[in-house]
Amino acid sequence: MAENRVGQQTIVFRNPPRIISSFATVGPDEGKGPLAQYFNDILEDPMLGQKTAEKAELKMLESTIEQTLAQAKLKKEEIHYYISGDLLNQIISSSFSARTLGVPFIGIYGACSSYAEGLGLGSVLIDGSYADKVLVATTSHYQTAERQFRYPIELNIQRKTSNQVTVTGAGVSILANAGDGIKVTHATFGKVIDMGLKDVNDMGSAMAPAAVDTLVQHLQDTNRSVADYDLILTGDLASQGKKMFGLLAKEKGISLGNKHQDAGDLIFSPQQDVGAGASGCACAAVVTIGYVMKEMYQGRFRRVLLIATGALMNALTFQQGESIPGIGHAIVLEV
Amino acid sequence: MDPKTKAEQKKYQELVKGHSKKTPILKHVVLAFLIGGSICLIGQIALNYFSTVERTQGEAAATTLAFMIFLGAMATGFGVYDILGEIGGAGAAIPITGFANTVVASAMEFRREGFLLGMAAKMFVIAGPVLVYGILAGFLVTLIKASLLGLFP
Amino acid sequence: MSLLIAFLVGGTICAIGQIVLDTTKLTPAHVLVGFTITGAILNGLGIYEPFIQFAGAGALIPVSGFGSAIASGMLAEVKRLGWEGLFTGAFEITGLGVTAAVVFASIIALIAKPRK
Repeated sequence: MAENRVGQQTIVFRNPPRIISSFATVGPDEGKGPLAQYFNDILEDPMLGQKTAEKAELKMLESTIEQTLAQAKLKKEEIHYYISGDLLNQIISSSFSARTLGVPFIGIYGACSSYAEGLGLGSVLIDGSYADKVLVATTSHYQTAERQFRYPIELNIQRKTSNQVTVTGAGVSILANAGDGIKVTHATFGKVIDMGLKDVNDMGSAMAPAAVDTLVQHLQDTNRSVADYDLILTGDLASQGKKMFGLLAKEKGISLGNKHQDAGDLIFSPQQDVGAGASGCACAAVVTIGYVMKEMYQGRFRRVLLIATGALMNALTFQQGESIPGIGHAIVLEV
Repeated sequence: MDPKTKAEQKKYQELVKGHSKKTPILKHVVLAFLIGGSICLIGQIALNYFSTVERTQGEAAATTLAFMIFLGAMATGFGVYDILGEIGGAGAAIPITGFANTVVASAMEFRREGFLLGMAAKMFVIAGPVLVYGILAGFLVTLIKASLLGLFP
Repeated sequence: MSLLIAFLVGGTICAIGQIVLDTTKLTPAHVLVGFTITGAILNGLGIYEPFIQFAGAGALIPVSGFGSAIASGMLAEVKRLGWEGLFTGAFEITGLGVTAAVVFASIIALIAKPRK
C-alpha cells in the first residue's frame, strides 16, 4: 500500500521538503514587463556574448545554477541530484549543464511543465530520504525555441492573436530536507490529455484541458476546494488558455473567483506585442520563483497551487497533422 | 477519466472556436494594402527610372526586380523586415522583397550550423516551395499552351 | 499616374493575400505558393502580361509576377528551341532574381546576425 498517496493521483509529503534557495534569471524583454521587480537577474544581452543562441541558453542556465548555489552558500558536492528539463532537442541545455556541474543527473522532458515536474520528483527523492539536497532547474530561450519550433528570427511573419512568445530565462531551486524556506506539501502529476486541437498558433487552448483535469483530480484527491488556496497559478496558458481554463473549470462546477492567475499572462504587459502572452519552460519557473515565492515571504499568499502545463508535440508531429497533447503537473507550496 | 472521446473533443473544439479572440481582419487588410502598395510604389519609381536607362522594357523590369531584391535583403540584414512583416502581414510577404527576406533570413539563421549544411542547405527552406510550385505550374501551363498553339512538331 | 496605379494594384493584391491568411487556416507559405501558381496560370491565359503593361510594378513586384515570369520565360524558350524550352525556360527571366537573392543572402549572412 502506498501510504503517501491519496486519491487517484496525488502524493502527500509527510516531511515536506523545503525550497531553501531559488534564483530567476530573465531576458531584457521579460525585464521590461510588469514582474520586473521580482526577478533576481535581468540580462542586458540575451546572447550573453555567446556565438549561438543555444550556447547563450546554456550559459544562462549555468550562471543561474551558480547563483542559486551561492545564495544558499552550498557547494555543488553537497547536491545529491540534479533534475532539469528544457525545450531543445534531446534536452541538451540540461544535459550540457549537467556535464559542467558533475552532479548525478536526472533529465526530464515535460515541455513547459518541467519546473513543476522537477519539483515533484525532487520532493519525492527528499521525502523518501533518498537525498538531502536536490537541484531543480529549467530554462528556455526565445531564439532557440523560435528556430526549433517556428521560423528564422528575421523572417517576416505576422503573429496571430493566440500566439505565445517563448520566455528567455532560467529558474533554479534547491530542495532540502531541512532548513528555512517554502514547503512543498503535495504533488499531483498530470495525465496527458488531448482534445484534438491542431492549431500550433494556439497552445493555450490545447493545454487548458490538461490543467483543468489535474486541478479537478487534485481537489478531489485532497478533499480540498479552491477556497483552501490563496492562489492557483497555471503556467503557461496565456490569455487565450486562461479563458478556456476558467470556462472548463466552471463546467466542472469549480468557481475560481479571483484566485486564478496565469504565468504566461503575467510576465509581459499587453503593450509588449506578444500575442496572447508568454510560454516556454522558464515561464512558469521564473513567475513562481520571482513573483509567487517572494509574495509568499511577504505574507500575501500562504498556500499556492502551481499547475505548470506543457504541450507535448514536436516540430514534426504538427507538420504530420497530429493533434497537440497537453499535460499539467500540480505542486502545492506553503509558507 | 479515460482518454477523451470524439464527442468530448468536438465539444471542446467548438468551445475554443466560440471563445477565440477575433483577428482584427480589417486593420490587417488595411495595413497589408498600405505596406504592399508602398513597396510596389517604390518598385514603380525604380521601374520608371530603369526604363530610361535600359534598352528594353524587359531589361528594365529585370533590373527593377533585382533592385527590389537588394532592398529586401538589406532591410533583412538591418533587422527591420521582420518588423515590417509583423505590421504589414501579407503586404510584406507577397512582394518580391518578401521573397528576398525569406532567403536572407534563412541564410542568416542557419549560418551557425556551417556554410555548407547550414547556410547553403537551408537558404531556400521557406522560399523553396515558391520555386518548386512556380516551376511546376509554369511547366504545365506552358506545356498545354505550347501544345494548343502547335509549337511542338 | 503610374505610381498611383502601382500603389493601388500592388496594395490590392496584398490585401487579397491578407484576407486569405486571416480567414482560412492557410499559412503564409501556402499563400505565397498560391499566388505564384495563380500568376503562372494567368500568364498562360494571356492575362498577366497585359496586366503588367497596365499596372507596372503593381503587378510585377508581387510574387504572382514571379510565377508569371516563369511561364513567360518557358514559352519564349519553347518558341526558340522547341520542347527543350520547357526545361531551360524557368529561369530565363527569373534567374536574375534568384541569383540576386542567393548572392545578397550569402553576403549578408556573412556580415549580419539575427537579433531580437
